[in-house]
Amino acid sequence: MSSATTLKGFKRDGRIVIVGASLAGLRAAEALRDEGFTGSLTMIGDELGEPYDRPPLSKQVLTGWVPAEGTTLPRRRDIDAEWLLGVPADHLDLATNHVRLADGRRIPFDRMLISTGVRARPWFVEAEAALDGVFVVRTREDADGLRRAMAAGPSRVLVIGAGFTGSEIASICRERGIPVTVAELAPAPLVGGLGAMIGEVAADMQRAHGVDLRCGVKVTRLEGDAQGRFRRAHFSDGSTVDADVAVVALGGIRNTEWLRDSGLAVGVWGVACDSGCRAFDVNGLVTDDIFVAGDVARCPNPIYEYRFISLEHWANAVEQAEIAAHNMVSTQADRWPHLSIPTFWSIQFGVNIKSVGVPTYADEVVVTQGSVPDHRFVAAYGYQGRVTAAVSFNNAKWLDHYRQLIETAAPFPPSCPTPDQPADAKPVPVDFPGPTLLAQGATVVVTGHDPGERRVTAMRQHR
Amino acid sequence: MTTTETPDILPRILDYSSRADPYPLYAELRRTPVALQENGSYVISTYRELTGVLHDPRLSSDVRNLSRPMPGAADRAAPAFINLDPPEHDRLRRMAMRHFGPPHTPGLVAGMEGELTAVVSGLIDDFADRERIDIVDDFAYPFPVTVICHLLGVPREDESRFHVWVNHIIDAINYNPSTDPQEKLTNGMQATQDLRQYLGGLLDQRHGRPGDDLLTRLANDDGPEGRMTDDEIVSTANLLLIAGHETTVNLITNGMLTLLRHPEVLQRLRTEPDLVVPLVEELLRYEPPVHIIPWRAAYSDITVADTVIPQGSQIMLMLASGSRDPARFDDPDRFDPDRQDNQHLGFGSGIHLCFGGPLARLETQIALNALARRLNRPSLIADPPPYRPSPVLRGPIHLHIEQS
Ligand SMILES: Cc1cc2nc3c(=O)[nH]c(=O)nc-3n(C[C@H](O)[C@H](O)[C@H](O)COP(=O)(O)OP(=O)(O)OC[C@H]3O[C@@H](n4cnc5c(N)ncnc54)[C@H](O)[C@@H]3O)c2cc1C
Ligand code: HEM
Repeated sequence: MSSATTLKGFKRDGRIVIVGASLAGLRAAEALRDEGFTGSLTMIGDELGEPYDRPPLSKQVLTGWVPAEGTTLPRRRDIDAEWLLGVPADHLDLATNHVRLADGRRIPFDRMLISTGVRARPWFVEAEAALDGVFVVRTREDADGLRRAMAAGPSRVLVIGAGFTGSEIASICRERGIPVTVAELAPAPLVGGLGAMIGEVAADMQRAHGVDLRCGVKVTRLEGDAQGRFRRAHFSDGSTVDADVAVVALGGIRNTEWLRDSGLAVGVWGVACDSGCRAFDVNGLVTDDIFVAGDVARCPNPIYEYRFISLEHWANAVEQAEIAAHNMVSTQADRWPHLSIPTFWSIQFGVNIKSVGVPTYADEVVVTQGSVPDHRFVAAYGYQGRVTAAVSFNNAKWLDHYRQLIETAAPFPPSCPTPDQPADAKPVPVDFPGPTLLAQGATVVVTGHDPGERRVTAMRQHR
Repeated sequence: MTTTETPDILPRILDYSSRADPYPLYAELRRTPVALQENGSYVISTYRELTGVLHDPRLSSDVRNLSRPMPGAADRAAPAFINLDPPEHDRLRRMAMRHFGPPHTPGLVAGMEGELTAVVSGLIDDFADRERIDIVDDFAYPFPVTVICHLLGVPREDESRFHVWVNHIIDAINYNPSTDPQEKLTNGMQATQDLRQYLGGLLDQRHGRPGDDLLTRLANDDGPEGRMTDDEIVSTANLLLIAGHETTVNLITNGMLTLLRHPEVLQRLRTEPDLVVPLVEELLRYEPPVHIIPWRAAYSDITVADTVIPQGSQIMLMLASGSRDPARFDDPDRFDPDRQDNQHLGFGSGIHLCFGGPLARLETQIALNALARRLNRPSLIADPPPYRPSPVLRGPIHLHIEQS
């Protein structure tokens, strides 16, 4: 489908299927209709009910401020779609352009969007994960269950993993007066996302709010009582913690298993696509009819040396959805690249944390404005002498300026002083923990010799 | 080349003869997004560059960072937060906001709707049966003044006294040493003193007493950051009083003027009162009360659109020009209350974004809806109307209309 006339026909009465009916899927559907697509639109999602918003699940839902049912995503317009909910897609057949559902139904399409996102990484021992009082937080049901467990007045909550979600949950526990222990393998909270210096600030914040923070240790075992209720956690240093609730906040797993034999470029890092959200096939050739958006997408970013980047950011999901939708109904010449600078926010311990850019893409970091002890500052990240990201603690109004610095590849450290520059603004190494995903080994092998023959074959992942 | 000597355009804009329609001159000015003036200051007039510098932490609102001090630019003894930089600005703004809006006082502005409607109705009742009305003196001026006095806890009977002070202070903001009598400056400085003294007197009575007005709440605050000093409270009250005065007057007046120039929109507003919400946003873009931020200081060397602005330079921000920039707004010289994506600069942008925006919006919405509903076939007596002297806070000094 490349010529303008067939595109016109496609826009009028083509068939688009969206797999993954959450934030990216819904926003893409709305954008498709905005773009004038009048053909048939099918939304496939394994969750029941209206698409809802996830950021409140670790924030307002847990405080009880917003009920779990109150997170339904606002509709920007009517999308006139057929909704196939409650059954996952389990196969994609690119030869005949069909999606197969787990109940065997086959849904044909002309173009498709993959927006299956991420699920919570479960506790690694299934029997322990099944104990009463052990939670993950990804869905509305998860959050509601945890809220109820918190409302029951637990003697202590154990949070395993001090990334953004884990830290937010620990913050809510303190807000509600619940004793909380946070266990983190890295030397400090948020280190994986923001590096060691900011991690130390986050650690201070947690301790100042009465969190029992234990870094550099691993939880090795969750112990239950005779009734199958979680009671105690064992740590790698031999210590134990008694608690009634354990929240496993160890990040996510991208929902790509159903695409394993599809011939697309998929792996633990997601589905690779070009900056116009068109999926790559396993050979790294771009496809015409399959698009990707949201947490499941892995997209090259010219600003970061064209490296492929996977993000789990709300704004990124929305922006990619809009780009993908536009490109699904546009000719090659009218396609848009997804070039916006990533942004992310989090609220914890009374601090509004916000970032622009990709902080992990950095070798140095420097506090440029404000005061770290007051938890009111901006820090800029640099990679080989240029600004690549910034994070603010209670100081988000400045981030637009830093976005501009990133877009214009401004030199790092930013040289010009500001009225609120701290006295000792010296760049320090960022110090991220090693790239764990790279250690998981090859996902493809290359075969053939002549340029016309060389092909890539996906390998099954052993994990 | 983005910097050229454009010696004539800015003086022409500042000249009173351009007051009724400065917009063609703004268009000329925008050809040079960053224009160096003869006196060494820089004038920024395009949307992208304006939003860029308004979010640039190297721009200072503190006169002390100007290499050439400006007469009458700010109250140097105890600057209010509009003339301070972070972290002081942020701290004082936060402490004031505790009593003015979210998150600590979320319902304040919305809760004023009934009171605002009552004030508006009362004012209109007084002139409803007259044929000739001055929208400024009869309505747009007394309304926001009454509101801000009430909010602060300034007794009604003192209002006329500080009208005089406020007028002197506003006049001095535009003081031009080469053309204006020295008296304009000294009157302004005297008025600042008098107003401070008056507010200080009020404040003395409020310490340790309960009450809902802002002055009392600031005087007795026990928030996490403690209490403002009395000097800080006086400066803050002073700022709110002045900022909440001249600006809203002009927005309501410009609104009525624009509606009378677009009778089809006025007609629509009568039957579609909800239109007032986007309409007020469009007014803030199309005929904003604040045309110019007269100065910011370059705290360090700043590059804007390839022009290096040296540390200490005075930077003038032409907000109203930015809101008419065709590179940002389609058909910018058209008044279109249905305009989408209307990120105007009417309230500024960045950390000094107008503190009173929600209040000013609600006031103007209620005012324009009531005028649209209750005036009977109104028409302008003079178009353009006579303007106030100021090119900065620009608006009609009178808006005489007739109704049948
Ligand atoms: C607790 C929590 C807090 C967060 N807080 C923030 C925050 O503060 N700031 C921020 O920027 N971001 C935050 N995020 C991230 C943000 O919510 C995500 O970036 C966003 O939800 C991504 O949307 P998506 O549509 O790509 O994926 P998802 O929301 O994961 O949606 C994917 C959908 O596809 C469904 N699906 C998966 N596989 C299949 C299949 N085979 N067939 C059919 N359907 C399938 C899933 O069930 C799901 O409904 C948070 C996330 C969580 C979980
Ligand atoms: C239509 C009416 C109004 C307009 C157009 C307006 C416009 C503006 C603008 C452009 C600024 C930015 C100044 C700068 O960046 O230096 C500002 C700041 C400010 N305004 Fe308004 N304003 C209005 C009404 C009000 C009202 C009613 C109040 C008070 C209740 C108010 C209080 C303030 C304050 C305190 C500041 C300083 C904010 C800071 O420095 O952080 N304004 N206003």
